[in-house]
Amino acid sequence: MIVQSDRPQQPVKCTNVHGDPILKRVFAIEENCIGCRICEVYCVTEHSKSKNVVKAHRKELPPASRIRVQENGPLSFALQCRHCDEPSCVHSCLSGAMIRDPLSGLVIHDSDKCIGCWTCIMVCPVGAIIPDEKSNRIVAKCDLCEGLEIPACVNNCPNRALIFEEASP
Amino acid sequence: MNYEYLIIGGSAGGIGAIEAIREIDKVGSLAVIAEELTPQYSKPMISEYLSEGAKAFNHIMYRPKKFWKENSVEILSGKKAISMEPKEKNVTLEDNTKIGFKKLLIVTGGQPIIPKMEGSSRKGVYTFTSLNDARLILDDLSNSDRIIVIGGGLIGVSLAEALMKLNKQVTIIELKEKILNLILDPTGSDLVTDVVQQSGVKIVTGHSAVAITGRKDSENRVGGIVLDNGLILDCDIVVFAIGVKPRTEILDPNRIKINHGVIVDRHMATSIPDIYACGDVAEAFDFLLKDSRPLPLWPLAYIGGRVAGSNMAGKKIEYPGGTQMSALNYFGLPVISAGIINPHQDDAYEIISELNKEHRVYKKIVIRDNIIHGFILIGKIGNAGILFDLLKRKINIENMKETILSNDFGLIHLTPTVRQEMLRRK
Repeated sequence: MIVQSDRPQQPVKCTNVHGDPILKRVFAIEENCIGCRICEVYCVTEHSKSKNVVKAHRKELPPASRIRVQENGPLSFALQCRHCDEPSCVHSCLSGAMIRDPLSGLVIHDSDKCIGCWTCIMVCPVGAIIPDEKSNRIVAKCDLCEGLEIPACVNNCPNRALIFEEASP
Repeated sequence: MNYEYLIIGGSAGGIGAIEAIREIDKVGSLAVIAEELTPQYSKPMISEYLSEGAKAFNHIMYRPKKFWKENSVEILSGKKAISMEPKEKNVTLEDNTKIGFKKLLIVTGGQPIIPKMEGSSRKGVYTFTSLNDARLILDDLSNSDRIIVIGGGLIGVSLAEALMKLNKQVTIIELKEKILNLILDPTGSDLVTDVVQQSGVKIVTGHSAVAITGRKDSENRVGGIVLDNGLILDCDIVVFAIGVKPRTEILDPNRIKINHGVIVDRHMATSIPDIYACGDVAEAFDFLLKDSRPLPLWPLAYIGGRVAGSNMAGKKIEYPGGTQMSALNYFGLPVISAGIINPHQDDAYEIISELNKEHRVYKKIVIRDNIIHGFILIGKIGNAGILFDLLKRKINIENMKETILSNDFGLIHLTPTVRQEMLRRK
């Protein structure tokens, strides 16, 4: 077994018929997205101290949203970390802060270990890693809301423009 | 002692190889020969050790201490390999112990370059590429305030930043006209120069050091440097930061093919069967230049290590190739540079750029035949990953030229097919 970090192991999110862990990912349905950015609101809330939507945005210093809505004319969709099987960010990380959990397949970012060198931002092919300008050091990225059955962005999307499912083979 | 897999070097490349081997072969015997006692630290983070001291030790570890045990690796740390016998398939250590292997990976890294000059063996002259270097400099800093850094590249500037955190007087001497000239164009370099100078670092460009002088009261100790124009700069410490060269000294060039570095193919295999090499010691494929050259970059060492490890364990994979790629955040200014950023005066290249000096934002994209060949992003770096992917995959950007510099540029501006392919892949 290969474990690359002192962090506790993540729970396996789901398994296939053989009992092997399979990672579900969040996919955007472009036709359903109206660019309302409610996914961003609930991402911030879920990663805030209070996890309360009003407190997170009004009383606390809100964390950066890990999901970002992109817009181009009438087209819009939300994007977050793809949790790649061969993640360039993990392979390029200078500090060892970015790891891929071999059990769950999640790409996890350890903000205590991160030095904000931005190498992961340079190599992420979809641009899903966000430089946290508030701290000017630590990057923020999607963790699929560890501990929640369904990530907050998916659960709170009013249009079912985000779905949580296994990637097709 | 005989091992299925033997690795000389326990840094990024060695660690990448171990992780790849253990994904395929969980039981094959595996040993690492490492000169350093804790080779699993992050070399780019030695500047943090210098500025924070011993309390930063755990933080700069790239992998935890238990890494070796958890991957069933015998770590022969503090041991130095002195030669490698390809026919006999063994490596000889300093104490004459011979260690046999079935598959060998050479990741001996790079050696800091110290130019030949008068006085370079005086006390107070250092290099800055290992944890030990950081410790030696740190120990010497209590009595030293004026430090001259020779070389204005990545190592030199990161060292200057660490020393400024310790309130030292730092001067960078750069032979070329601009600092960071291998990764930035003159405009980009000027922006970085500005923040470096504002922090208090002095920068001397266009000159080189020709001699290191002694101190009046102690001739053995550094007292200053002499520049090529005859000017003498007093100082207490000199650090050479002018780059590294592949560390090939344990290899016999008559038996293994070496150019600047050990020559490897796309499998990271050397000219001798069952012997692989990667990282700073090797000369690996550059996908932009379509040729091999040493590229001493941490991510490429790790990725090369993964490729070597996988092939050693019997799963054939190819190295995708690397190219010049650097991300930095010195003195709080984010900078990302990749590929060809200073094309020679050549009509074939098209440049799209945008500069806002006041806000320290600069974006430049170098294009040839509608394909990105290089870019610089300073200040606003959020889109670097997408640009780098377009560069790597040689995607035609003809229809994106108007939006590509915007901060909102993203996957949404790519064609639906390319975008869906990227979003649906695993």
